[in-house]
Amino acid sequence: MKQTHRITIQASAKDNRKHTSKIWMEPVSLPALSRVALCGGTHGNEMSGVYLVRELQRQKLEKAGSATLTTVISNPRAVQVCKRYTDTDLNRCFTDAILSSPVTDATPYEVRRAQELNTLLGPKGNVGAMDLLCDLHNTTANMGLSLISYSVQDWVIMHIYRQIQRKITSAPVRFIVLDLPLADAYSQDSLGKHGFSIEVGPQPHGVVRADIFNIMKEAVDQTLDWVQCFNSGCAFEGGEVDNVYTFVKSVYYPRDPETNQIAAAIHPQLQDRDFCLLHPGDPMFLMFSGEILKYEGEEVLHPFFVNECAYYEKSIAFHLARKMTVTIPPLQVKRD
Amino acid sequence: MTSSTNVSCFHEARRVAIFGGTHGNEMSGVTLVNLWIQNGKEIQRKGVETKPFITNPRAVEKCTRYVDTDLNRAFTTENLSAPSGDDLPYEVQRAQQINEIFGPKGSPEAYDVIFDLHNTTSNMGCTLILESSKDYFNLQMMHYIKNAIAPDSCPVLLTEHPLLKYSTSRSVAKHPIGLEVGPQPQGVLRSNIFESMRVVLKHALDFIELFNKGLEFPPCTVDVFRVSEKMDYPRDTNGNIIAMVHPNLQDCDWEPLNPGDPMFQTFDGTTIRYEGAGTVYPTFINEAAYYEKQQAFVTTRRETLAAGAIKKT
Repeated sequence: MKQTHRITIQASAKDNRKHTSKIWMEPVSLPALSRVALCGGTHGNEMSGVYLVRELQRQKLEKAGSATLTTVISNPRAVQVCKRYTDTDLNRCFTDAILSSPVTDATPYEVRRAQELNTLLGPKGNVGAMDLLCDLHNTTANMGLSLISYSVQDWVIMHIYRQIQRKITSAPVRFIVLDLPLADAYSQDSLGKHGFSIEVGPQPHGVVRADIFNIMKEAVDQTLDWVQCFNSGCAFEGGEVDNVYTFVKSVYYPRDPETNQIAAAIHPQLQDRDFCLLHPGDPMFLMFSGEILKYEGEEVLHPFFVNECAYYEKSIAFHLARKMTVTIPPLQVKRD
Repeated sequence: MTSSTNVSCFHEARRVAIFGGTHGNEMSGVTLVNLWIQNGKEIQRKGVETKPFITNPRAVEKCTRYVDTDLNRAFTTENLSAPSGDDLPYEVQRAQQINEIFGPKGSPEAYDVIFDLHNTTSNMGCTLILESSKDYFNLQMMHYIKNAIAPDSCPVLLTEHPLLKYSTSRSVAKHPIGLEVGPQPQGVLRSNIFESMRVVLKHALDFIELFNKGLEFPPCTVDVFRVSEKMDYPRDTNGNIIAMVHPNLQDCDWEPLNPGDPMFQTFDGTTIRYEGAGTVYPTFINEAAYYEKQQAFVTTRRETLAAGAIKKT
């Protein structure tokens, strides 16, 4: 959908306000969000989402204003054994290819479960899918509160992000965008017409920390508040949102050429410094031998998912992102 | 305290082992021991045979705490004397093998010292774990280590308790020492945690070297935290956890918990307070592995232990 941009100068000589310039986008109206899904335990050892979903189920929370709320423990078998997954990572099973693959006796549990979830919450890309799907995750990385999605032009998601960013002060709030077409989108949130993940850290897997739980709960409360507001006709003004990070590339652990074992730890100057600036020449890894490996890229980028436990098996030490600001249009629910 | 003319004599500590991977997802010990198996120069000391050893290789391979049962609870008399066989849980078989190599537990042939390397998700810093309040050799070593790393601290947890017993891998040796360093998530290697553990071990081996050279260590005292009581999470009638460690208690290992202080927070925000008789010092606060052992934290009481002078025979 095309947006028209106009530059308007506002001046108010009377009360000595400074001249401001705003980029205007044409207001957008979108259909109401009548069916919302909240998923926890997509990774069975990421405990905030598990306990939050269970608590909402205990409270029998089934509505958010006019919207129905569906709460799901996505990977119950993994939750039962408190592991990330039993056969394969559920949160990589939602590509079009895997969702449509034929099921045999050899099909991993998580692939079958992904297809079940697709029926329950999707079908992905279909008019029958959940209007909004929010997937709850934790990370061992020091990422505060991060919203993760596939696009910066889903205005519902961007306005939710802006509300969360404005209202939550107990943790830094950021937005991470993975630039992938819908068919290749591999995570559960891609089942919804609008979908995103809430990622809160740092928290060890298998542990529930009250401070981290409370941050996630606040983020979910703000999301549901926004949905109710939106559905009841609130007009959300346009503007700019910052602290948006686009995935650029992954950085892998150095390995010993003889034993193939990981040969270094994240350098103490990088550990816990997610979203800081990584300049060429900054330390990245401290080898067990004592040698320091430095960042040799040409571009100053921002590391995130620094020392995430689950990424060791993929050999990923951290990801790198570019930071940007996004302009979002005024948004209101579409009146029939 | 009056000085005693009694000096306890111990044999030279000639056989020392360093265990890593007793829990396969506690990465500092796994990494250090693997490094030292490849190149053991750093842990060599004159007159000492120092053997680095991965105790639970299958758990290490899967990066999990254990495969069938917790190896660090498996060294019971019953397990060690059971007839060996493939039908036994993996860790029980392993305990029997370890007992053969480094023990037998309780016999004169057992290893002199075993250091068992662990990590915890709790904010315990560099904790030394002592199993007996009467082991002067261990007490003197811990006193030496504490002085060596000052002003950094090294709390000592005394696990001696009439009821709460656990039969650890290191208990095979005459002088068992646990090193518990945190906070670190399971499966993760943090550089600072790794380096702290390395430094503590260096001082421990230095002590052994000095002792073996004939140095006499005068009487000393060591402040310790003696385990008192295991505190579980509040649960509902189905056994499900209904509250989390309170934000005020989280990360406050070794700090006083007074009656009336917040202890747990329910998922809907209510505070549950500590209602014990007096001040305690909690530790192992919110350790991931203890959810299944029904333990949110363990309370301890402060005590000062005295160790007599020691020297080698």
